[in-house]
Amino acid sequence: MHKEFLMGNEAIALGAAAAGVNLVSGYPGTPSTEVLETAAKLRSEGLEELYVEWSVNEKTAMEVAAGAAYSGARSMVTMKQVGLNVASDPLMSLEYIGVKGGMVILVADDPGPVSSQTEQDTRHFAAFSKVPCFDPSSAQEAYEMIQEAFEYSEKYATPVFLRPTTRVCHSYASVSVKEPYEYLCHRPEGFVKDSGRWVIFPRLSYQNHIKIEERNERLSDDFSSYSRNRIYPADKNNEQIKKGIISGGISFTYAMETLKDIGMIRLFKVSTPFPFPEKLALEFLEGLDEVLCLEELDPVLEQALTYICGKHHLSVKIFGKLSHHVQNAGESSRDSVTTDILKFLGTDVSYANMKESQAENTPNLTWAPDTPADALSAYPVLPPKLPVRPPVLCAGCPHRASFYAVKTAMKNKKTIFCGDIGCYTLGNAMPLNMVDTCLCMGAGLGIAQGVGRIEPDTSCFAFVGDSTFFASALTGVINAVYNQADMTLVVLDNSTTAMTGHQPHPGTGHTMMGNIVEKVHIEAVLRGIGVTAVETADPLDLEAAVSCVKRTAALPGVKAILFKSPCIAVSKPDKSMIVDPEICIDCRKCIRELGCPALTVQKDKVTIDSTLCTGCTLCSQLCPAHAICSEENRIDSSGKNKDKAAGGKTDE
Amino acid sequence: MNKNIVLCGVGGQGIVLASKLLASAAMEKGIPVMSAETIGMAQRGGSVFSHLRMGDDLYSPMIAYGTADLLIGFEPGETVRRIPYLKKGGKIIVSSRSIMPVTAALSGVSYQGERMISYLKDTLADLTVVDTEKACRDIGSSKVLNILLLGAALHSGSLDISEDDIKNEIRKKLPEKFHELNFSALEYVRKNSQQSSR
Repeated sequence: MHKEFLMGNEAIALGAAAAGVNLVSGYPGTPSTEVLETAAKLRSEGLEELYVEWSVNEKTAMEVAAGAAYSGARSMVTMKQVGLNVASDPLMSLEYIGVKGGMVILVADDPGPVSSQTEQDTRHFAAFSKVPCFDPSSAQEAYEMIQEAFEYSEKYATPVFLRPTTRVCHSYASVSVKEPYEYLCHRPEGFVKDSGRWVIFPRLSYQNHIKIEERNERLSDDFSSYSRNRIYPADKNNEQIKKGIISGGISFTYAMETLKDIGMIRLFKVSTPFPFPEKLALEFLEGLDEVLCLEELDPVLEQALTYICGKHHLSVKIFGKLSHHVQNAGESSRDSVTTDILKFLGTDVSYANMKESQAENTPNLTWAPDTPADALSAYPVLPPKLPVRPPVLCAGCPHRASFYAVKTAMKNKKTIFCGDIGCYTLGNAMPLNMVDTCLCMGAGLGIAQGVGRIEPDTSCFAFVGDSTFFASALTGVINAVYNQADMTLVVLDNSTTAMTGHQPHPGTGHTMMGNIVEKVHIEAVLRGIGVTAVETADPLDLEAAVSCVKRTAALPGVKAILFKSPCIAVSKPDKSMIVDPEICIDCRKCIRELGCPALTVQKDKVTIDSTLCTGCTLCSQLCPAHAICSEENRIDSSGKNKDKAAGGKTDE
Repeated sequence: MNKNIVLCGVGGQGIVLASKLLASAAMEKGIPVMSAETIGMAQRGGSVFSHLRMGDDLYSPMIAYGTADLLIGFEPGETVRRIPYLKKGGKIIVSSRSIMPVTAALSGVSYQGERMISYLKDTLADLTVVDTEKACRDIGSSKVLNILLLGAALHSGSLDISEDDIKNEIRKKLPEKFHELNFSALEYVRKNSQQSSR
């Protein structure tokens, strides 16, 4: 054993490696992405027999991992919580079939949500699909828990969930990990044909349903003696308090920090929310009058306890989200948990034990990154108004140029712009204001078609990124072609999966195994489906891009524009642009229309932040006074910049 | 000894790396560490933070309001935003260079870093303003911002971590071609720490 400073997600991958995992598949999604990336890194650093892939979407990833587990391998599939919706079809059936080798379904939940569409709770998905669920509270625990999860999975021949949340996935800690020679070596037996086992039929489903229900009752008992489900006793001087806390995941760590200061009361840490460890829960409830439930997302523990109290006729009051004592949405924080605990305990525990500063600074606030204004009011002088700082498209992002081209081309026309999931969702912000709808991965295509059916005089656009195109847009395109929709598909191809940190996909031509493979060409795919009007354009060449949109959108039926320009994070920047103050007429069109973070106003003059500018030249192309040029051009014309050819990437 | 540190600023400023260097330097000394930071959508030029905790008996990587010993602010306004985390008598290191949010530029609202800095000066006793604009110009790179602030934090005396400890971590964590640049930033801060202090 040795210690490493690891991110929770890295610890999970290392834990899987220590458990002898043979195959890891997944689809990128915050906060889960680094698990698979770390697995690929471990492979390249010596775990040569491990197979790792970014699958095209979560459904495929789930099926790949299931196939491996059918063959006796230990497999792991990784995704974020909304990815599980995509993979839910194979998941629901897989539980009826079961597995031979251990299979861990790593689903990262995102309270807040910090970077997701929903605050859905995978613990509920676990109960719905009847799949056992493990809920780690720290990087260290996640490392150990995934190894145990593989064992439970094999022992009960079922896939199991490991469900960390954002603050577990993205926290770092010094974690004790095994040496590579201590890793388990798992040799898969191979697939053994048995149609009575692997082929789902109504009769088999009925029989297996009975077995699953019976097994989950046994698992509930088994989990009551699982060491990570644990009752922490009250301190000696708090033993008379007939109040207890139930918690799990990151909320458990917040509760422990608070109780460390004010003194321990009885606490039940639940690491397996499904099947719920009922016997241990009864032990915890023994002698208690009231219980506070501290958990993020849905009131899963609260409902389980309420059910148990009803079932066993216990008169214990259960406080939490259902009773409106705890916020029912958003992320918890150290301070919100402290407030909840202090309110719950009332006069039972004195504030005197609290650190002075902490008691003073414990406003009832949720974790909001923007405005802890109440907390600031503790200071004698109020601060100047703080600017809001939402995420924005990066300076030089080609998506900005694509949106601007479509906006310019379709000015004064009746349009709808259906967006999708990725960096380009940020195109909704002012001044671009180019995302009218956004629902889920690949949905823009269907939404555009539906709107078009009801409003035939509207020009319907669907925007989709390259990775999302492969993940879930294909069926939407086929539907449009087959049902003769009238719409324009705009593929924003930046040659990477940008939002989640630049993962490869079928269009990039390389895989997580380090292989260079034939690229899947988006244009060829579209033509193959039957989209005849497909044009490819460079969005950074504004004039050409605008005329491409005008030409294409005017055609009848399904047509597509492929805007190709690499993400600034995977390409080398050009020289920064500068504004010539003598030529600038201060109309501020560049700022008003583009909203590029590199364009700012300093001392009442438009200036370009050279540390951010990538030299994309978009601003210079729309400047009516031709006041924006590259530094080089300016020097070349010895201070008198009359060079109108600053536009485009013509100087390459 | 337990330490709570908050690093904050705007996505893309190198906060995560600075936090990692501090954490691994502490680990090298056998001190347990935990940290948590913003990853994902907010990284695109949004308001970001890193919480870093060192010491024994840690459960949570997150810090409670009023408990940070040190706040390292990469941007004046973002620093003001995170003041509630600072404990009484805690130290602040802040970069003088402000970053205008796109929303402010668009709406014509003037956002001035100087006002934020003067608010910090009026409100808080233990403040070090690092003239990062001048420093980056003198060094000839804007990429050293995080190391400049880290250096200033080392000289604040509230960490048990030395410049050499950080140099070791830079050697381990960064490609060799960036070593000298970052070392020169550390040296620059050491030489100027007298002047840049208020």
